[in-house]
Amino acid sequence: MLSPLLLLPLLAIIILNLPIRSLTQKLSVWVGIGLSLWQIVAVVLLAMGHESADAWGKYFTLGLSCDNLTLVLLMSIGIVTLATILVGWQTIGGEKQRFGFMNLVFVAMIGMNGTVMLADLFSLYIFIEVTAVASFILIAFQRNTNALEGAFKYIILSATATVMMLLSISIILLVVGDTSFAAAGSAVKQSQGNPLVIVAIGLFICGLLIKGGVVPFHGWLPAAYSAAPAAASVLLAGIATKTSGIYALIRLTTSVFANNESVNSILLLAGTISILVGAFAAIGQSDFKKMLAYSSISQVGYIILALGCGTNLAIIGAVFHLFNHSIFKSLLFVNSAAVETQSGTTDMNKLGGLGTKMPVTNATSLIAFLSTAGVPPLAGFWSKLIIIIALWQNNLHTYATIAVLASVLTLAYLLLMQRKVFFGKVAEGLGNVKEAGWGITTAASILAAITVGVGVTFPWMFNSVLMPISSFLK
Amino acid sequence: MTINIILGVSLVLAAAWTVMTARLLRSVIGLALTSMILTIIMFKLNSPLAAVFELSVCAGLISAIFISCISLTQRLTDEQAAAKQKERFSKFWLLPVILVLAGVALYQVHIPLDFHLQAAPSESDVRNIIWNLRHLDMIGQIVILLAGAFGVVALFKD
Amino acid sequence: MTELPQVFWLFSIGAILLLITGFYCLIMTYNLVRALIGLEILTKSVTLFIILVGYVTERVALAQALAITLIIIEVVVIAVAVGIVLCVYKNIKSIDGRLLRNIKG
Repeated sequence: MLSPLLLLPLLAIIILNLPIRSLTQKLSVWVGIGLSLWQIVAVVLLAMGHESADAWGKYFTLGLSCDNLTLVLLMSIGIVTLATILVGWQTIGGEKQRFGFMNLVFVAMIGMNGTVMLADLFSLYIFIEVTAVASFILIAFQRNTNALEGAFKYIILSATATVMMLLSISIILLVVGDTSFAAAGSAVKQSQGNPLVIVAIGLFICGLLIKGGVVPFHGWLPAAYSAAPAAASVLLAGIATKTSGIYALIRLTTSVFANNESVNSILLLAGTISILVGAFAAIGQSDFKKMLAYSSISQVGYIILALGCGTNLAIIGAVFHLFNHSIFKSLLFVNSAAVETQSGTTDMNKLGGLGTKMPVTNATSLIAFLSTAGVPPLAGFWSKLIIIIALWQNNLHTYATIAVLASVLTLAYLLLMQRKVFFGKVAEGLGNVKEAGWGITTAASILAAITVGVGVTFPWMFNSVLMPISSFLK
Repeated sequence: MTINIILGVSLVLAAAWTVMTARLLRSVIGLALTSMILTIIMFKLNSPLAAVFELSVCAGLISAIFISCISLTQRLTDEQAAAKQKERFSKFWLLPVILVLAGVALYQVHIPLDFHLQAAPSESDVRNIIWNLRHLDMIGQIVILLAGAFGVVALFKD
Repeated sequence: MTELPQVFWLFSIGAILLLITGFYCLIMTYNLVRALIGLEILTKSVTLFIILVGYVTERVALAQALAITLIIIEVVVIAVAVGIVLCVYKNIKSIDGRLLRNIKG
C-alpha cells in the first residue's frame, strides 16, 4: 500500500499532461480531491493493519518503510492537501492557471509522501528538494514582486540548508560507507565523540532548522508565507515546511542521532527562542498572513522544545502537536484566504466587523485560534499539555514555565487578530462583503471539525491512538 | 601529487576569480572554468561518469542558462563596469586574504584519518546502483524534472 | 597507500576554500544572479567532497550515483531560480536585491 502513495500522484501528473489538455484541464481538481481522499482512506486502512500485498512493489526496489510516525504525517498531508485543493479551486482564476497549480500541488504531495516514507539520508535530501522546488514555484506563482522576493529568499536559504545537509551526508558516508538510516544510526552510536560525526550531526540539524524556519534561521518564512497565493500558503504553512524541516528532524533525532545530550540542549534553546521571538513578533504585525507566519514559527518552537526534552512522552507530544498544528494552522490560513478573496486585503487595520458577514469563517477561525492558544477542550490544548507535562517531569521547569507563559501571549495576539478582523463595527468599504465560496467554507469546516473532534475524543484517543505512536522509538 | 596540488590551487583560484570579477558574464565564464577543473579532478578520482555529467550539465547547461539570463537583463557600459570593479574590490579584497590564510592554516592541520569502514563495500557498478538499487532516487529525479518544467511554464507563460 | 590521506586532505582543503568563497559571495553581494553563482560554487564544493569521499572509501560507484543526482537537482533549482530572477527583472527592471527591499519598505 506504500508505493502507490508515491506512484499514483506521479501517474496522475503524467496522464493529466498527456496531449489531451482540453479534457484533462477540467479534471485536474477532481483528480486532486480523489487522490487526497484516497490517501486519507489508505492511511486509515494501514493503521488498522490492512497491509495488503503491494502489487506495484514487485517492480520497484523503493525501500519504503512505514511506522506510526509516518502514518500520522501521511494523514496530515492528505488532509492539508485536500484543503489546499479546495481553496485553490476557489481562489485561483483561470482554468490554465488552476491546472498548473494542481500539477505543482501533486509534485509537492509526492515530495512530502516520499519524505515521510523513505529510510535513506540521500533520498531524504532528494525528496526534501522536490518539496522545496514545488514550494518555490508555488510562492512565486502569481509573479508579483513581493512573492518573487519571498521565493528568492527561500531559494537562497533553502539551498544553503541543502549544502549543509549534503556535507553532513558525505561526512556520514565517509565514516559509515552507507547512507541508509539504519547503517548511519548504528555507526553514530558506535562512534560517540568522533569529531567528524559531531560536525555531521550539527550541520544536518542546522540545515533542517533552516528548512523548518526555526529562529534564528526564520528570515525567509514570513516573506514567503505572506506573499504566496492564498492556497499555496495553506499548503506551505500547514504541511510543506513541517514535513521537510520538522518531520525530518524528529525522524533523525530519534532514529539516527539517538538522543545526543548536546543536540538536545541545542534543540531546547532553539525551541524556546522560537516560541518567544515568534510570539512577540506576531503581536506587532498588522498583516493577517504575516501574523500567522510568525505564529507558525512560535508553534514550531513547541515541537522543537519537546524534541529537545527527548523522553517518550515528549516525543508523543511533539508528534501530536505537529499534527494539530498542521490542522489548525492550515485552518487559519484557509480563513485568511477567505478574508483575502472577499475583502481584497490582508491588512488588519483596514479590516473589521467581518464576523456577521462571514459567519462560517468567523466561527472556524474562532475554533482555530482557541486551539492554537491551547484552550481546552480543543486539540491544541492537549498537545501543549503533554509537552508541558513532559518538560516538567524531566525537571526542565524553566522551559515548562516559558511554554505556559508564551501560550498566554499566543492567546493575546490571536484575540487581537480576531477582534480586528471579525468583531466590532464593519470597516469602511466592506459593507458588501459576503461569505467566501463553498470550496473555502467546506475546507474550513472539515479542518474545524477535525480540531474539535480530536480535542473532544482525546481522553479515548490518548491510550488507543497516541500512546502507540511511540512504538517508532524502537 | 604535484599535479593534484596544481589542480586544487587552480580550482580555488578560478572560484575566487568568479566571485571577484565585476562583469557578470566573466563571472559565468569563471564558473564554467571552475566546473572544468572540477571535471578533471573527478576524472583523477576515478569518477568518469559523474565527471561527464559535471562537464555537460554544469559547465554547459548551467552556463547557458546564466548567459541567457544575463543577456536578457543587464547591459553595462565600460565606465559603469570600471566603477563597479572598484566597488567590488573594496568589498572583496578580504576574500583572497581569508583564502590564503585558511589554506595555509588548514594545510598545517593533520587530522588522523583512517578509512576503515564498518559497512562492507556494496555494489561496484554505478549503472547498477542508479538503475537497479536506487529506484526511489530515480522517481525523485523524474518528479523534480517535472517540477522544473512546470516551474518554467508557470514563470514564463503570459 | 600512504598517499590516500594526503590526497583526501588536499582536496578537502580545496572544498573548504570553495565553501568559504561561496558563502563570502552570498553574504556580500546584492546582485541576484551573483547570489546564484555563489550557490553554484557551494554546490561545486559539495560535489567535489562527495566524489572525494567515494574515492577514499572505495565507494566510487555509490558516490558517482549520488553526485549525478545532485547535479540534476542543482540544474533544476538553478533554472527555477533564474526564472524567478527574470520575473523580478520584468517587474522592477533591475536585478539588484537592494531595490527589492526598498519596494517592500
